[in-house]
Amino acid sequence: MDLTLKVWRQNGPGKPGEFKEYEARGISPESSFLEMLDVVNERLVEAGDVPIEFDHDCREGICGTCGVMINGHPHGDQKGTATCQLHMRKFSDGDRIVIEPWRATGMPVIRDLIVDRSPLDHIVEAGGYISVNTGGTPDANLIPVPKEAAESSMDAAACIGCAACIAACPNSAGQLFTSAKLAHLNLLPQGQPERYERTIAMVEKMEEFFGSCTNHGECEEACPKSISIDNIALMNRDYLVAKFKDRRKAGQR
Amino acid sequence: MTTLDAKVPEGPIQDKWTNHRFDIKLVNPANKRKYDIIIIGTGLAGASAAASFGELGYNVKVFTYHDSPRRAHSIAAQGGINAAKNYTNDGDSIFRLFYDTVKGGDYRSREANVYRLAEVSNEIIDQCVAQGVPFAREYGGLLDNRSFGGAQVSRTFYARGQTGQQLLLGAYQALARQISLGNVTLFNRSEMLEVVTHEGSAAGVVVRDLITGEISSHSAHAVVLATGGYSNVFFLSTNAMACNTTAIWRAHRKGAYFANPCFTQIHPTCIPVHDEFQSKLTLMSESLRNDGRIWVPIDPNDTRPANDIPENERDYYLERIYPSFGNLAPRDVSSRAAMRMIDENKGVGPLKNGVYLDFADAISRLGKDVIEARYGNLFEMYERITDEDPYEVPMRIYPAPHYTMGGLWVDYNLMTNVPGLYAIGEANYSDHGANRLGASALMQGLADGYFVLPYTIADYLADFLNTTPLSTDHEAFKQAEAEVDGRMKKLLAIQGTRTVDSFHRELGKIMIEECGLARSKEGLQKALREIPALREEFWKDVKVSGTEDTYNSELAKAARVADFFELAELMCRDALEREESCGGHFRVEHQTEEGEAKRDDVNQAHSSAWAWNGYDTPQTHIKEPLEFEYVALAQRSYK
Repeated sequence: MDLTLKVWRQNGPGKPGEFKEYEARGISPESSFLEMLDVVNERLVEAGDVPIEFDHDCREGICGTCGVMINGHPHGDQKGTATCQLHMRKFSDGDRIVIEPWRATGMPVIRDLIVDRSPLDHIVEAGGYISVNTGGTPDANLIPVPKEAAESSMDAAACIGCAACIAACPNSAGQLFTSAKLAHLNLLPQGQPERYERTIAMVEKMEEFFGSCTNHGECEEACPKSISIDNIALMNRDYLVAKFKDRRKAGQR
Repeated sequence: MTTLDAKVPEGPIQDKWTNHRFDIKLVNPANKRKYDIIIIGTGLAGASAAASFGELGYNVKVFTYHDSPRRAHSIAAQGGINAAKNYTNDGDSIFRLFYDTVKGGDYRSREANVYRLAEVSNEIIDQCVAQGVPFAREYGGLLDNRSFGGAQVSRTFYARGQTGQQLLLGAYQALARQISLGNVTLFNRSEMLEVVTHEGSAAGVVVRDLITGEISSHSAHAVVLATGGYSNVFFLSTNAMACNTTAIWRAHRKGAYFANPCFTQIHPTCIPVHDEFQSKLTLMSESLRNDGRIWVPIDPNDTRPANDIPENERDYYLERIYPSFGNLAPRDVSSRAAMRMIDENKGVGPLKNGVYLDFADAISRLGKDVIEARYGNLFEMYERITDEDPYEVPMRIYPAPHYTMGGLWVDYNLMTNVPGLYAIGEANYSDHGANRLGASALMQGLADGYFVLPYTIADYLADFLNTTPLSTDHEAFKQAEAEVDGRMKKLLAIQGTRTVDSFHRELGKIMIEECGLARSKEGLQKALREIPALREEFWKDVKVSGTEDTYNSELAKAARVADFFELAELMCRDALEREESCGGHFRVEHQTEEGEAKRDDVNQAHSSAWAWNGYDTPQTHIKEPLEFEYVALAQRSYK
């Protein structure tokens, strides 16, 4: 198939950028979206041009490295699909495809389609863990976890940290990412001792970088792992409780 | 002649690790902050080691070429992690896990290391559960298990089809906690391009910032490489695009021995290649073989759709040839069986390059819901890639390069022969012999990082109390920086006619044909003529655009492919010298009448370590003899 690409090119952080057009001819419909970009790039290099930079790695939809806006949709408009798993058979011959980086003040462009997502790491560093050191932990089966709790925790833990939720949000809010990590940990018995401290720390770190949630729901729609916005409700509840709870007396329930 | 001292402790195998932990030196808690440790890589091994060192109080610098530690390719491991918990009451034990792993590795691993791996496996599960890894549970709230290839017990813990992701997130979160406490400094988008040694010991590393191109030096008392495997030498593999050999290869060039490079694993269940533009292969977890049945049509000319072929015209060849292990025969055995079917022209799919993995029986027995709960994400991944629904039609699978058992030679302490330089996880060669069993890579990565290296590194560090690491102004660092800078400039200056990928693809084709599933003397000799010629052409004709002072992924890729050429040659030489078939290394000259691998325990019961002698001079071959006191050497049978 033959396609026309309109791609955002930007030489470096803080530098001006612009859209440029490229012809992508003879693309196999069996190719993935990123393989299509590989072909375009290989031709650019052969012609002595600088290839389009984009982030990618596992190409199995699990590492969360890839992600671009495709015709205005994060990861394209196929539901529950990361950019690397999107295939060209979903496009038609002659299509014109607009490709842009994630846009959010908290995630500035590094080059072309690559952005800086380190704020997501900082949110996890603020409290997205259970404070146990290596060694000296009890036998695994001493901590029974209700199957339903393990399942909902896993539903949230499936987040790949790609930041599509933030790119999709008109407010560039980080609620879906942050709440998914909180739900993963707060729903498990192991996560209870630090539940409320964790919630406050992560929410407040998130607010340093990203906007506020106004319940548009675009994030869930864009999420390649279909993480539910129910997690945001859980986060808001825990945040509210945390603000009122006297944690020095937490042991008394 | 150089000999290798594996430093395996004396005593009965079940006491070795306990005794060793008592015998080795310690660093007292207040002194730990006086030591600097560098870790390269943030996968399971690197992240778990970095977190554990941080908790102990060492000063840690950790480097990853990713934007975040959580991207490392451990994240893509699907099926599970083994442990000898015997929660399923089916006769498992530490000794059985040890036995299965030695046998599964076709008797080419070091017994003492494997025993220790089995011994710490249970602690890993405890650790991960305490961290909040959401493993699959039974209704009573206890942990669930499933089976993997090469085992007759159910010992694999899992988190849906995303076990690697969840274990890596556990280690990453532990690492994030240490970063926030200031015990660990993270350098992301930073690629290690040189190991620096001084007076024969590791002194530090040179890294390149992938955003700015800036080259910088970092020194430490010890350097740990946790940089994964080298399956991307084949171009198409299940590894992520960036996985490469550069860190361990640069260490090899600085004197670290490279062991068993030809021991590579071809995984039987990957989605077949669709066309020449394909950039990588996708694995379908081995866990699928718990419920899926593998078959091909009996008649090679059968062109009917899978569901129209009646039972009596199908050949469930694994169940037929290996009745006691059936569809859960180990990876090397299953891959070769699939290849034989395809060679007999019984392959399925448009390119006749696959075999069926069929869930129809399991779905009618257990219901679609159960299968969806077990493998839903894998089925979805398959559907995205092939546009076929595996609930309705059988999956098509094909063997693909997946894991490399070879790597840097390490002793019992996981130290290479270069003092102060360690290799952990897939980057070392230690535990899997000639074939790795499923669900053992996650186990080994975390064993090394959480429970082995944090003890053994103290034995080395203790002697350097109150010493300062070599200054990065030292000539050794300046030289290494100049070397890295020179290499980058040279790659950009060639301005030839061919892209990096075109060279990589050609190298991969040579490797998969001559050093893949089946190897022959003739083919390996041919490869050893072709690879150096292609490497010369690369250095004359490669075309890398862009500049060195901006983000330039073509340049980074070119430097990695350059190292793959040198590794590829060593792999072929190693495969040529190993005159036997064992595990993933199948020499067509050495097979039984039924086409099974034929080991030579008289002449080949050793690990091969290779010492660098300089560019264009073949490496020296050093052998570490392997002794089997606890697992009797036997023809491996899964029948």
